[in-house]
Amino acid sequence: MTNSNKYKLISGSTKMADAIFQNHTLLTVLPRFEVGLGFGEKTISKLCSDYNIDEDIFILICNIHTFDNYTPSDGELENINIKSVLKYLNESHNYYTKKRISEIEARLQSMNELSPSNHYKIINTFFCEYKLEIINHFTYEEQIVFPYIDQLINGEMPMEFHIDKYEKNHDNIDDKLNDLKSIIIKYLPEEYSPNERDERNDILRDIFLFEDDISKHTRIEEKVVVPIVKKIEQNYENK
Amino acid sequence: MKTSKHKVVIIEQSELLIKGLEQILSDSSIFTIDSVGSELSNYINSNIDIVIINPNIISQNKRTKIRELYPSAKIIAMLYNYVDRDSIKQFDDVIEINNNSFKIIQVLESSIKKDIKKDNQADMEELSDREKEILVAVAKGLMNKEIANLHNISVHTVMSHRKNISRKTRIRTVSGLLVYALLNNLIEENEVLK
Repeated sequence: MTNSNKYKLISGSTKMADAIFQNHTLLTVLPRFEVGLGFGEKTISKLCSDYNIDEDIFILICNIHTFDNYTPSDGELENINIKSVLKYLNESHNYYTKKRISEIEARLQSMNELSPSNHYKIINTFFCEYKLEIINHFTYEEQIVFPYIDQLINGEMPMEFHIDKYEKNHDNIDDKLNDLKSIIIKYLPEEYSPNERDERNDILRDIFLFEDDISKHTRIEEKVVVPIVKKIEQNYENK
Repeated sequence: MKTSKHKVVIIEQSELLIKGLEQILSDSSIFTIDSVGSELSNYINSNIDIVIINPNIISQNKRTKIRELYPSAKIIAMLYNYVDRDSIKQFDDVIEINNNSFKIIQVLESSIKKDIKKDNQADMEELSDREKEILVAVAKGLMNKEIANLHNISVHTVMSHRKNISRKTRIRTVSGLLVYALLNNLIEENEVLK
């Protein structure tokens, strides 16, 4: 979505159904809040209170997923409960590993079984590397970064970590996914059957969609988590 | 597509000006606004192409910091009151409050054009034989220094080959290049399976 300026942001009074009509990629966000379809005329506020969801976070995430250059202001960030953000990010990690990544992996795997060449074996190996790296990154966040933030908000200032150290980790992982796209688009030799041709397109489309999704995930980390944590850190340092 | 758009950051305090710039950039298909803010962010953004900033927001000695925070970006000053000449020299280009939208887009485009020209030229070509040799060495996991020794060239030349290889293939990681080499039969599978 690139309708940057003429937008009206999603808010508590937006009907959930309208938000989906406006941006269907929100369908990938819903399972992370354990929400299913069948909204009727429910507003987002009502939906959140029915499901016991932190409404501010839900709206923030819908807006980040819907508007490419949406950056929450300092004022908006002040109302954000960082614990709920971390909970969401955790859910996202699960969703990515258990669903999106395993789906791509399974498709590549079945191509490997069908194809007479070793091409998909080579690509599989590469994708497995990617998968390991991204899972390592998730684990690093869950075991180092998030607990650090937890300690911070509980009033402790742990010495051994600083949010500056975080975020540099992303680049190489993104590069790998990009490389995978280039390889499939440009260098995977001609297909053997119409079946393979179509399946190949579908795999590539999955990868593009996953990449879009994960770029929003990164944006939540960069534009929400990092600024909030920076502020807490600075408060400590100024004491 | 979205990924090929140039990412712009606006650092300015006037909401009026921000909205105006957003409008102008959204009408152009080659720029996308990554974020807007009223002050310098505290962390490094290496994927930004252009930073539009009001020079008065940051003090003189902090200006070099912009380059550190946005290492690959062109820094454009947005002027609407007096700024001394020496300060302006620190920026890659300047847009002014009385510029029309055409002029503003023109300035932004030309600030990145030099890089684009280089890109396009390289993209037209296939990998040269030399580049393929270097690619194979990289894919096998050799370090720049080792490759330089092996082919009797400088480390600098190796790096410039690698840059061109990545630009032409759109593959950046070593393991990605290994996949390229395997799929194109530049390396045999048993050479790398250990």
